[in-house]
Amino acid sequence: MLQSKEFIGDGSKVDDAHSAGRPALELRNLVTRFPGDDGAFNIVDGVSLSVLPGETLAVVGESGSGKTMTFLSAIGLVPRPGKVVEGEILLDGTDLLMLSEEDMRAVRGTRLSMVFQDPLTGLNPVFTIGDQIAGVLHAHRKLSRTEAREIAIGLLEKVHIPDPHRRIDDYPHQLSGGMRQRVLIAMAISLEPQVLIADEPTTALDVTVQAQVLELLAELREQSGMAIVLITHDLGLVARYADRVAVMYAGRVAETGDAEAIFERTAHPYTVSLFRSVPSLETDTASDLLEIEGQPPDPAALPAGCAFEPRCYLGHGRQDCQATRPALRAVGESSHRAACLHSSEVITEGTVE
Amino acid sequence: MNTPVSLSTDGDALVRVDNLRKVFGGKRWMFGKAGPAVSAVDGVSFSVDRGETFGVVGETGSGKSTLGRLLLRLLNPTDGRVMFDGRDITHLSQSELRRLRGDMQMVFQDPYGSLDPRMKVGAIVAEPMQVHGADRSQIVRRTGEILEQVGLPPATADRYPHEFSGGQRQRIGIARAMALNPKLLILDEPVSALDVSIQAQILNLLRKIQRETGVTYIFIAHDLAVVRHISERIAVMYLGGIVEMAPRQKLYAAPRHPYTASLLSAVPIPDLKAERHRKRIALHGEIGSATALPSGCRFHPRCFKARLKASADGVATAKIADDVVVPRQCVESDPQLQADAEDHFVACHFPLEPGEAADHGITTTSND
Repeated sequence: MLQSKEFIGDGSKVDDAHSAGRPALELRNLVTRFPGDDGAFNIVDGVSLSVLPGETLAVVGESGSGKTMTFLSAIGLVPRPGKVVEGEILLDGTDLLMLSEEDMRAVRGTRLSMVFQDPLTGLNPVFTIGDQIAGVLHAHRKLSRTEAREIAIGLLEKVHIPDPHRRIDDYPHQLSGGMRQRVLIAMAISLEPQVLIADEPTTALDVTVQAQVLELLAELREQSGMAIVLITHDLGLVARYADRVAVMYAGRVAETGDAEAIFERTAHPYTVSLFRSVPSLETDTASDLLEIEGQPPDPAALPAGCAFEPRCYLGHGRQDCQATRPALRAVGESSHRAACLHSSEVITEGTVE
Repeated sequence: MNTPVSLSTDGDALVRVDNLRKVFGGKRWMFGKAGPAVSAVDGVSFSVDRGETFGVVGETGSGKSTLGRLLLRLLNPTDGRVMFDGRDITHLSQSELRRLRGDMQMVFQDPYGSLDPRMKVGAIVAEPMQVHGADRSQIVRRTGEILEQVGLPPATADRYPHEFSGGQRQRIGIARAMALNPKLLILDEPVSALDVSIQAQILNLLRKIQRETGVTYIFIAHDLAVVRHISERIAVMYLGGIVEMAPRQKLYAAPRHPYTASLLSAVPIPDLKAERHRKRIALHGEIGSATALPSGCRFHPRCFKARLKASADGVATAKIADDVVVPRQCVESDPQLQADAEDHFVACHFPLEPGEAADHGITTTSND
């Protein structure tokens, strides 16, 4: 599906609000499609997002919201038979969709890299961690064996692996989960990417280890000025680490804005519901948690109107919500946008709790 | 931690555990050398009242899941005693245990892995009743009843587990566990694989079932907020031992064990302003290994309080690493779990004073 010139114009307007310089990564109206039994469906359905150098963008959503698929699309790793069919993926201004497979391979790792949830599947059990880091370096740079080893040791040091001279010859199974995740981060940053996408990087880790890994990411970001995309379902992590937030639902962005706007002036009922459905660490509650009724929709059978309408405390059964698919539009300050016909009602309800 | 502690329950305990211990391995196979022994559960004592929800929190390697399996005798303890409903079940035979299964059931984290994919949901829920010799009409009636109780439509019975989402599968797992009206349900990470909106549904469902039936829960999980929400009393485990045990408000608002304080400080909370002002208490190093428990207090190699206390006047110290000094007591003697306030147990030589955790960066709220 080809896009018209106007479309590109439209897409760039989306990011006027976000004016402080050129984004490190910008997605414009990205559509990723899968064939299905009852016709093709969009698992990513017109997503526009951007992240500035040195900034952390948190992408929040539940399973099936399209958050991971959006960024697999960005890095050119959509599993077959899925395909990016529309939009632009601009890495520091270059549209990655225009690159050849070979050029894309060169970009992946060097300028844009990704860390996944499960640190064990990302590592090959039969090679030492030193060999695996060196492998990444060799694939992109001409280095001697000793040079690569020196750099690898430096990287392990950078991600705070104790005793890196010895640890470099360890196999993955000899490391704890937290250390394996740090090795994967070392590999991901080895070529000094401009953008690091971290997909639930600490979900498999204990909470004390999670804190260490995320502090490490924040520190690396400070040092290098890379942009971080943190894909997560944990609103606590978002509160702690995000500069900006995008909340995704059913393959689309439901709400996006500065972290402060999302937390203090929540404008989409889905975001409100997410906040209210998590138990609190700080208070005892006798009352039940807010439930979001029902299940997330099947991406192959989205309702005609707002995808959240069937589960929405505000819009359920409302005719306009059932008829119209709401577009993202500015609420309050210009960078805060929500895809809800009734976001003004959500905001006037006041802050959550 | 091997002296039985005096527990404050007044005889209405459904479960009472004394000095429970489980060691894996360490045996010689044929002529080979003995493998390392792992003390997965290392002298644990507590009791749970009827109708109560008792939470057990801990990180990987804390022994919390092994503890759950020991209570149900899915594993045999190496030492210690499990009393259930006034009866010592530590050494019951398999056939005696089978009869007991109607009264104590388990719900697992992965509802799919624990449901037979070839059986229809109705058969899955009915199976425990058949094993217990219920007749057909009873089974049909009860299956309908229990599906309704867990919020599933009656037609669910004729479908297969794979046709359901994770949250619905967990409802099926709960229905099966509740089919025989057990007195005790042990829930091992029952919501940790679920999305937050679905997690809320299941937590609310568990509360509703407890209100309706009076069932007792032992809720094992790593998520401290979830455990606080559902539990009345909570035990914190570290490397096989309970380091702190208290009613929820006391444990969360005024933790006394340095490990509990560190753990709570590591959990980010979904409140932007509060979260950005919170401080972390750094844990030193990595979690120890149950194959080589540290001497004395199992937490001392990672403890911030021990390091601080070592510089106080009149404290005899020991050097545990190049530039790490801790009180000698922490290295030499294993602190016992003792009640220092009403119903607040802590196993620490230098427990935190009220407010001390806050000085180290914990936000505390009291809203009783």
